[in-house]
Amino acid sequence: MSVLELRGVSRTHGSGANVVQALHNVSLRVSPGELIAVMGPSGSGKSTLLNLAGGLDAADAGSVHVDGHDLSRMSRKELARIRRTSVGYVFQNLNLIPSLTAAENITLPLELDGVSLRKARPLALNALSEVDLDGFADRFPDEMSGGQQQRVAIARALIAQRRLVLADEPTGALDSATGEAVLRLLRTKVDEGAAGVLVTHEARHAAWADRVIFLRDGSIVDSSGPLPSADSLLTARA
Amino acid sequence: MSIRHGLLALLERGSRYGYQLRAEFEESTGGTWPLNVGQVYTTLGRLERDGLVRGMPESDGGQRPYEITDAGRAELALWFATPLSQADRPRDELAIKLALAITTPGVDVRAVVQTQRSATMRSLQEFTKLKQAGGELPWLLVLEAMIFQCEAESRWLDHCESALVRHRPTVTPVTQHIDERVTADERA
Repeated sequence: MSVLELRGVSRTHGSGANVVQALHNVSLRVSPGELIAVMGPSGSGKSTLLNLAGGLDAADAGSVHVDGHDLSRMSRKELARIRRTSVGYVFQNLNLIPSLTAAENITLPLELDGVSLRKARPLALNALSEVDLDGFADRFPDEMSGGQQQRVAIARALIAQRRLVLADEPTGALDSATGEAVLRLLRTKVDEGAAGVLVTHEARHAAWADRVIFLRDGSIVDSSGPLPSADSLLTARA
Repeated sequence: MSIRHGLLALLERGSRYGYQLRAEFEESTGGTWPLNVGQVYTTLGRLERDGLVRGMPESDGGQRPYEITDAGRAELALWFATPLSQADRPRDELAIKLALAITTPGVDVRAVVQTQRSATMRSLQEFTKLKQAGGELPWLLVLEAMIFQCEAESRWLDHCESALVRHRPTVTPVTQHIDERVTADERA
């Protein structure tokens, strides 16, 4: 069964003359152990797709299913529960808690899962090491650079066992080596059985995915599947 | 790069037989440039003719090793010291293909762009998988070069797509027929 399924999803932003069709009739399935990359120009609907997949936004038409649950039929409380227990978010806005150290920020989702602090801390230290932040465990967010904070946010998003991992330009402020470490981490998480969706405008990052879909004007125009026949390239001739 | 410089670089490590050179050449390029042993011996023959390598006495097994000469070392040093010029590289078939697609009636250029981008992305995925598998530094650098090339091509295709969206074809004046020009010239 798919961990994430979008069925004919449409989403419109704004109203009247300012109406923008952010997504139009998009269908997509992501299975356990599968990483999908979403590419497309600015305004093509990439982030809208991710927000809908994570239950942070609601579709105008169609339905979004996470682990078989139709998000549109869930109460706010149920939605909050599934967001917390099933979905890991690596978003551009970091949302680190300023009064907690790097390690405390990272152990937070584990503690919410009922893992004791004694067990959680070594996991956090390991996660920090994986994003090349050894020795930063007891620093507060304002004692770290933007790139370092981003890596803490990534470690936090990937530390807990989540069925679905959603990443929006997770390597934005990072140099290429650290960015690659983050992708390796995401790839490992997916290889362990999670389903992943990675929004990126960088082809070399999208290449870490099993499948790449291209969005244009809110619709999927292509995915990295088999080559089309030569005839289909000459449609305008007919 | 020419095969001759590749072979000179391998011979700089020490004398080699043709079969050894072929194996080491393929190994150092990660198999991206397969050679047959005939190409190796033809190239060695030319290098020997030009005084850049020297054939040594045959071994008991009937194999003849080659060694690099001082002139060969000088040629190799010159090759490493000389940057590649864009003019030395093959023409970019993709750029030419797109330029022709835009000017050929009835071609869906955006579909051509998209098809190429998917194919480029598939190559990029394959190279990335190979990179994840790891390997020796020379091979990883060759792989990285191919990854960067795919990435550049993908970015260029993105640029082409947005340029196509903005593109408003200008009305090209109808080209005067040659006969009419001749008549006009005669009149003048």
